[in-house]
Parts: sequence; C-alpha cells; structure tokens
Amino acid sequence: MVELKELDEALFRGEVSKVKELTRLALQEGIDPKEILEQGLIKGMAVVGEKFKSNEIFLPEVLLASQAMHGGLEILQPLLVKSAVRAKGKVVIGTAKGDLHDIGKNLVAMMLKGGGFEVVDLGIDVSAEKFLKAVQEHEADIVGISALLTTTMIGMGEVVTVLEEAGLREKVRVMIGGAPVTQEFAEEIGADGYAPDAASAVDKASELMKSLGRE
Amino acid sequence: MLIIGEKINSSRKDIKEMVENKNKNFIQELARQQVEGGAEMLDLNIGTIRKGEPESMRWLVETVQEAVKVPLCIDSPNYAAIQAGLEVYDANRGEPLINSVTAERERLELILPLVKKYQCSVVALTMSEKGIPQDAKERLEIAHQLIKKLTAEGIPLESIYIDPLTLPVSTNIQSANIVLETLRGIKDSYPGVKTIIGLSNISYGLPQRRLINQAFVVLALANGLEAAILDSTDQRIMALIKSTNLLLGKDEFCKQYLQAFREGRL
Repeated sequence: MVELKELDEALFRGEVSKVKELTRLALQEGIDPKEILEQGLIKGMAVVGEKFKSNEIFLPEVLLASQAMHGGLEILQPLLVKSAVRAKGKVVIGTAKGDLHDIGKNLVAMMLKGGGFEVVDLGIDVSAEKFLKAVQEHEADIVGISALLTTTMIGMGEVVTVLEEAGLREKVRVMIGGAPVTQEFAEEIGADGYAPDAASAVDKASELMKSLGRE
Repeated sequence: MLIIGEKINSSRKDIKEMVENKNKNFIQELARQQVEGGAEMLDLNIGTIRKGEPESMRWLVETVQEAVKVPLCIDSPNYAAIQAGLEVYDANRGEPLINSVTAERERLELILPLVKKYQCSVVALTMSEKGIPQDAKERLEIAHQLIKKLTAEGIPLESIYIDPLTLPVSTNIQSANIVLETLRGIKDSYPGVKTIIGLSNISYGLPQRRLINQAFVVLALANGLEAAILDSTDQRIMALIKSTNLLLGKDEFCKQYLQAFREGRL
C-alpha cells in the first residue's frame, strides 16, 4: 500500500524516478489521480516552497524537486484530463519586455504548477501585445509579470493598459514581482497583486482566483 | 588585477534605503571601508531605485568622491543615470568606468557618445538583443562584434573591459565553466583588451556564498581575469587574489604579497 506521504517526501528529496514509481504504484492501487496530485505532489511542493523561503533548502534543491514533480505530473496529466479535474486556474507568465532575468519567474512558474495551477510560460522579454495575445488564446485567469530592472518595470504597466484597451481587464487579474517591485508600485500601475517570493506567489494567485469568483 | 568594490549597490535593501534617504555618513563610511579593504575603484549601482535614478546617481558620485580618492565605476543600464553621474565626476581621480554597454543597438548608440565625451573606459557585456548565449562560443562571437564596433569608434583596446556574464551556478552547473572558457578565448584573440566579471553572482542561491566566490576568483585569475567587482572587505578573497597573482608570476620578487603580509592583510 502506497502512502502518499512517501510520495511527497520523495518529491521533497528530488528523487525523480522514485516519484514516478510511487505515482504509478498509487494509480495501480486505485487511488484517485486527484488525490495523488493534491496529497502527494501539491503537498510536497508546498513544503519545498516553505523550506526555501526559510532558507532550509536552496535553489538547486528546488529545481530538482520541481523535476521530480514534473515526473509525477506527466503520468497523472492524461488521467486528470480524462476525469475532468480542473486546474485551480490558468496563469500566463513571463518577464517584462526587455528583461532577460528569468530565475525568479521560473521559480514562480514551478511553484504555481506545484500549487495546482496550469501555467503558460511565455519566457523572457515578453511584450505587452504578446501577453495580451496569450491571455486571449489561453483564456487565462491571471497574468504574472516579473522584472529585475527598474528600466523594464515600466513594461508591466503597459500590460495593464493593453488589457484595459482590449476590454479584458475585468476578466483577468494581473500579478507582478521581482527585486525592485513593491506593493506600492503594483498599486501605482493598477496591478491586482504583488508577491515578494515564489511561495507567496501561490497564495496570492489563489487569492486572486477567489476575487474572480473562480476558485 | 583591478579590484572594484561592489557594496554600493541598491539591490541590498539597507543600501537602497540609505541612498533614498541621502544618508551621507553611511555611504561615505561604506566607501571608506571598501577602499581600506583594498578596492582600487568603487562600483555605484542604484538600478533598483526607480524614481529619480539620475538624480540619485549624481548625489552618490558627489558623496563618494568627497570620502575617497579612487576612480568610480558608474553602473547602470540607464543612459540618463550614467550621464548624470559623469557630469559631476572629478576627472582628476582617473578614468571612470562605464558599466555597461551590450551588443543591443539602442543601448550601444546611447551610451557610446558618453564614453567618448568623458573619455571613459567601458564594460561590454557579451549579450545581444537575443539575450545571453548559453555557450562560450556565442559569447566570444558577441565579444568580437563589440570590440570591432568600439575600436571603430576610436575607443582604445585597453579601455574596453569584456564581461563574459556570470550566471549563478545554482541554476546551471556549467555557469563557471562557460565564463572561464570565454575569458580564455578573449585573451587568446585580443591580448590588449581587458576582462572583467561581477564575482558574487556565481554563488547566488547557495549557502556560504563567500566560499564559492573565493574559489571562483582563483579560477578566473588563472584563466585571464583582469578586473573584478567584488567584496573587497572580505579579507580572505583579497588574500587569495594576492597569493594567486604571485603563483601566476605577476608579482615580481613577491613584493605585493610580502607587503600585504607586513600590513597584516594575509
């Protein structure tokens, strides 16, 4: 009998093959894919996020845990789709136009996936138009924008503007982050949320889903 | 090796506050400590201050110049901030270093006239519109382009500092190797051009960062590094640089090493 606790522990240690094996075993034993996802993978990534925030584990360990999570997710995904388990929400994410720094953005994307969100990663140097197109194409709930430079932060405001012009502003929430970004700046450009780190970003995204009435 | 003090950088929260509040004593003390530790130039980076970066840079240059005599490295992607800093720079203390240009055309075209007007040295990052190349080969390709362009504009080879861009080893285990290979490649093709790195980025995301920085500076020196932006108040790093230079045959009669010993710096 597979204990899902074992699964989230293997994920925490970044053991990709063990996570895959335990996920398969759990499925063979008839455990609901949704439960494996929530009690195994999501719970495991939540611990990873917390420990990273409190400096008990380090960046490479988060990356490894995330690989392990993907290993499990790959196996679960087709079954989750079949049984119509919906993601918590859909997030379109990228770095602001002109900004090539993506460590923070990648971490947030990982933690969001680990938190049960569907993530569309647009990569680096993403123009406002590209964000808009992705929101329309994927019917995203949330747009996540990251910037490390004060010179590229301005691009975040442009995303808010193009969403307004396209008449989509009410349908989608905008959250931002990155070293120079503050809550004050978020309010200034009319973004809906700011998160200081990757673990808080998941909480913030959940909060924004609630405000959309789509939790 | 040119030692550039890294500490006046607003990505550190306390520094950001001190610059925003124009805390003269704090900044001047930080400048003195770094020079005392062995910095021969100080880097001024206030990239995380969004409102009034030019004005803050001007204040910072004036404030630091009042406290120490070393030349300064004006570190910003923002053309206006660089210009503001250079306007009040005291040329008597030696050539300032502009940090930085890239192969991105817009940035290059805005900053190049400043390099010429104020007779600065300039840091050129090996990245282009397409971002930072994953391997040394492409970074060298960009370095060649930059050197060609800068020398064509009349900037002397020895005023060009190529920065191969140090990314954290925590997100790509080959990060240090890529930098070392690029450093070697640059020195092979252009012995006259200078090389520079920002040292501390290598250890981002890991515990005991100093240890990694210390090992990296030794490796980088052995592969052709000539200038580094680093923590000059870290005595271990400074002593390692001295002993590595000695081993690389760059310290005739072990003069600098022995002087450091007598000053209690080893």
